[in-house]
Amino acid sequence: MIPVLLIVIPLVTGLISFFLKEERSAKAFALLSSVATLAVSLISLFQSGDSLSTDASWLPMLGSRFLVSLDGMGKILTLLTAVSFPIIFAATYNNKYKNPNSFYGFMLLTQAGLMGVFCAMDLFLFYFFWELALIPAYFLCSKWGGEKRIAVTFKFFVYTFLGSLLMLVGILFVYFKTPDHSFAISSLHNLALTAGEENFIFWLFFIAFAIKMPVFPFHTWQPDTYEQAPTAVTMVLSGIMVKMGVFAVIRWLLPMFPAASVRMADFIMIFAVVGMIYASLIAIRQDDMKRLVAYSSIAHIGLMAATMFTGSAFGMQGVIFQMFAHGVNIIGLWIVIDVIEQQLGTRKFSELGGLAQKAPVLAIMFVIMSFANIALPLTNSFVGEFLMFNSVFNHSVVLGAVACISIILAAVYTLWMVQKVFYGEVTNEERITLNVPINTQLMLAILVAVVLFFGVYPQPMINLCAETVTKIIAQIK
Amino acid sequence: MNTIILSAIFGVVMMFSGIFIHNRSAYKSISSVALLLLLVLNITESQGSPLFHIDTTNFLHFDKFGLLFNSICIFSTLIYVMLSGRDIEKAGNNTAEAHALIFFVLCGIGIVTSYTNLLMLFIGIEILSIPLYILTGSDKKNLKGNEAALKYFLMGSFSTGIMLMGIAMLYGSGGTFMVENVVKNGIVSYLSALGMVLIFIALCFKVSAAPFHFWTPDVYDGAPAVITSFMATVVKVAGFAAFIRLIEGRLGSMGSQTDRLIAIVIILTLAFGNLTAVFQQSVKRMLAYSSIAQAGFMLFSLFAVNDAAKEGLLLYAAAYSLATIGIFAVLAKMDDMTLEGFNGLSKSQPLIAALLAIFLLSLAGIPLTAGFFAKFYMLSAVVKTGKYLGLVIIGVLFAAVSAYYYFKVIQAMYFKDGNIVLAPVTARFKYLLLFVAVLIVVLGVFPNALLSFLYF
Repeated sequence: MIPVLLIVIPLVTGLISFFLKEERSAKAFALLSSVATLAVSLISLFQSGDSLSTDASWLPMLGSRFLVSLDGMGKILTLLTAVSFPIIFAATYNNKYKNPNSFYGFMLLTQAGLMGVFCAMDLFLFYFFWELALIPAYFLCSKWGGEKRIAVTFKFFVYTFLGSLLMLVGILFVYFKTPDHSFAISSLHNLALTAGEENFIFWLFFIAFAIKMPVFPFHTWQPDTYEQAPTAVTMVLSGIMVKMGVFAVIRWLLPMFPAASVRMADFIMIFAVVGMIYASLIAIRQDDMKRLVAYSSIAHIGLMAATMFTGSAFGMQGVIFQMFAHGVNIIGLWIVIDVIEQQLGTRKFSELGGLAQKAPVLAIMFVIMSFANIALPLTNSFVGEFLMFNSVFNHSVVLGAVACISIILAAVYTLWMVQKVFYGEVTNEERITLNVPINTQLMLAILVAVVLFFGVYPQPMINLCAETVTKIIAQIK
Repeated sequence: MNTIILSAIFGVVMMFSGIFIHNRSAYKSISSVALLLLLVLNITESQGSPLFHIDTTNFLHFDKFGLLFNSICIFSTLIYVMLSGRDIEKAGNNTAEAHALIFFVLCGIGIVTSYTNLLMLFIGIEILSIPLYILTGSDKKNLKGNEAALKYFLMGSFSTGIMLMGIAMLYGSGGTFMVENVVKNGIVSYLSALGMVLIFIALCFKVSAAPFHFWTPDVYDGAPAVITSFMATVVKVAGFAAFIRLIEGRLGSMGSQTDRLIAIVIILTLAFGNLTAVFQQSVKRMLAYSSIAQAGFMLFSLFAVNDAAKEGLLLYAAAYSLATIGIFAVLAKMDDMTLEGFNGLSKSQPLIAALLAIFLLSLAGIPLTAGFFAKFYMLSAVVKTGKYLGLVIIGVLFAAVSAYYYFKVIQAMYFKDGNIVLAPVTARFKYLLLFVAVLIVVLGVFPNALLSFLYF
């Protein structure tokens, strides 16, 4: 019942939101809805057994069922989704949007799609939600984004749509290879494929997921889209939506094609590591806060992509843990960037400086978030990244060593950003005030608390990951 | 049988009503009621109780597939007449006759969805085509329309000739007009193969598959928008029903080269339709090319010829017809049919813009719309055969291309500003359009709602 609620609450409230007239009611309604979803998600953490899965007939002729269920990884990612939305809504409560009712409606529909992706245990249903998350995001970026939004979002859309369609072919192919002609995850674990078929279908799936993550060289849509999208949507895209790709590899790709995953591992890991270094180097050269964080996100995701294919249990736990951690951290960074952009009207380093004097609280929050971005000890990312680097290193010393360079580069660009924006000379003195609204401060404080809590005591989250990881490792072996 | 006889009768009734009734808006009502009656009677026939018991000496065979196809065509026509009845009145001076011709087309459709004899196929195709030649030129004062009608007529007659030649060859080789496999000693005769190829070409012409599509853009663009809507939807999908019956019936005597032939036609059709549609500035012309592209997808069913293909074709027929009729109904209300003409539609007509967006998403094959399942069934049918997986991949690549030009319209409506001029629309028009959109979404979540008719 719980996964159904997680999908249905945002879906229904999202549809209702389109018909709300006033801005205030649309905002309050969206916030309320997301808090309700969060409550359900928190309850799910303490549940086990039947209440976590639902199985209903949907398309009997196609052999597809409405099969949703939450395991450890599902719980973590639905929790991330459920936590993010109220925080995003509350932190950007003061932002003004044209047609707020449609904006919040599309946001909630995106949430419904994301929840569906993380809960689906039927490959066809998964595809359905995968696409469903994309369409509202397309409208959000194209309608409320920056100047070049239409062309940029369209690139994003065509890229991901193409990937999804290739995956659809793969889905059809594996469907006819299942023993009982079904899309259920349990049947898909017993595919009778020849090595050649497995390699081929592996790529059909992987390209779709790689575009979504994005892994080098499929990343070109990402910085532009993040830059042009309204910041609230960027938070959803970078905080949660990119995790869909990582999640899908762990949930579907590795267990379905274990042999091909091993065969392709080195090849993909090389690309992932090259992407990490490449994105980090580009990040250093950016003049725009949003673009910098976007490139840094590519680097972080690259590490996850590399680790997934090492096949080590610790690494896998690290990836799942880091998905949550990275989501929290990056949303924190975006919130600060949004405040700066809304109040000072610029995101360029060349026009910013010395903000710490005007807004000391914001500076402290931002510094902590930045430390988390570099994965310093005591922050949640440290736990995840340590596990991941460890397993990459065990897999291949060379790759591990190269990947470790990205830590240094991360420190370079992140600290450079902190230094440039918050310290140093005060620019644009004529606009002295930088009022950080109380709701934004509160949300940042919550995020910082989460960062520190899991940095000090990661065990509950690790336990949740372990449940899924054991199953997947058993399937791969 | 109900459809064939009754639509012929209703056609005559419509012609006479043209003499006795001079209130032009009444024709639409008469036509709608007649179509509704036709629909109900066709459904009762598919439930097993036909009105007429006529011995067709095996020339026609009314199976579930053909009858369900009829239902879809009649229903789409009903929606079409109700949505665009006003525009039919404007398209020419002879409104009653236009309605009568539409009924005659339906009569032809009734035959081509149920034939088992090649002569019936020929007669059906002719009954279906001749009214269309007239309808294309129904706006007599429009030069472009006249040109389109003449072009369509000449090309159409040519293809009919080719088809007749093919039928003659098949008769010569097998000694029968029945659609059945004629194989002597395991060898397919040259005459039979050649005859089949000729019929194949003629039918490709009718469904505007490349490389026999050249008439399509000009005719669709030249004809009044309201007539294009009918031609591009109901008539086109009926052509596919005829096509799949032929291929299915003669599957055993076509030789192994057929797959390759159909695959080439599919790729050409997809490539030509999609790539040309990308560069169109006029939405009407873009829809003409997109209809070629959609035909490419429907051709997948001819490649696969299995249960999934037939189910998929039904779903595709419904999804494609409803969405396209909806778009054309709005298009007919617009002065400026270019992309710029759609700029800012979401501001002046939010509901219509939202519904148009649903239709376009359905044509692009986005989940939650009927178009997704239509495409899904088609791809699934081909994957099921286990042949040419590359064909499926080419198909999805072009599906991604098609998203490009459908989304351009959505972008114009939602993300650009402009002053749009739309002829006044009634509340009824909007509700009907809403109904069509709801149908598309319902089929997009529960495609079984339609397909279960095949089995019960």
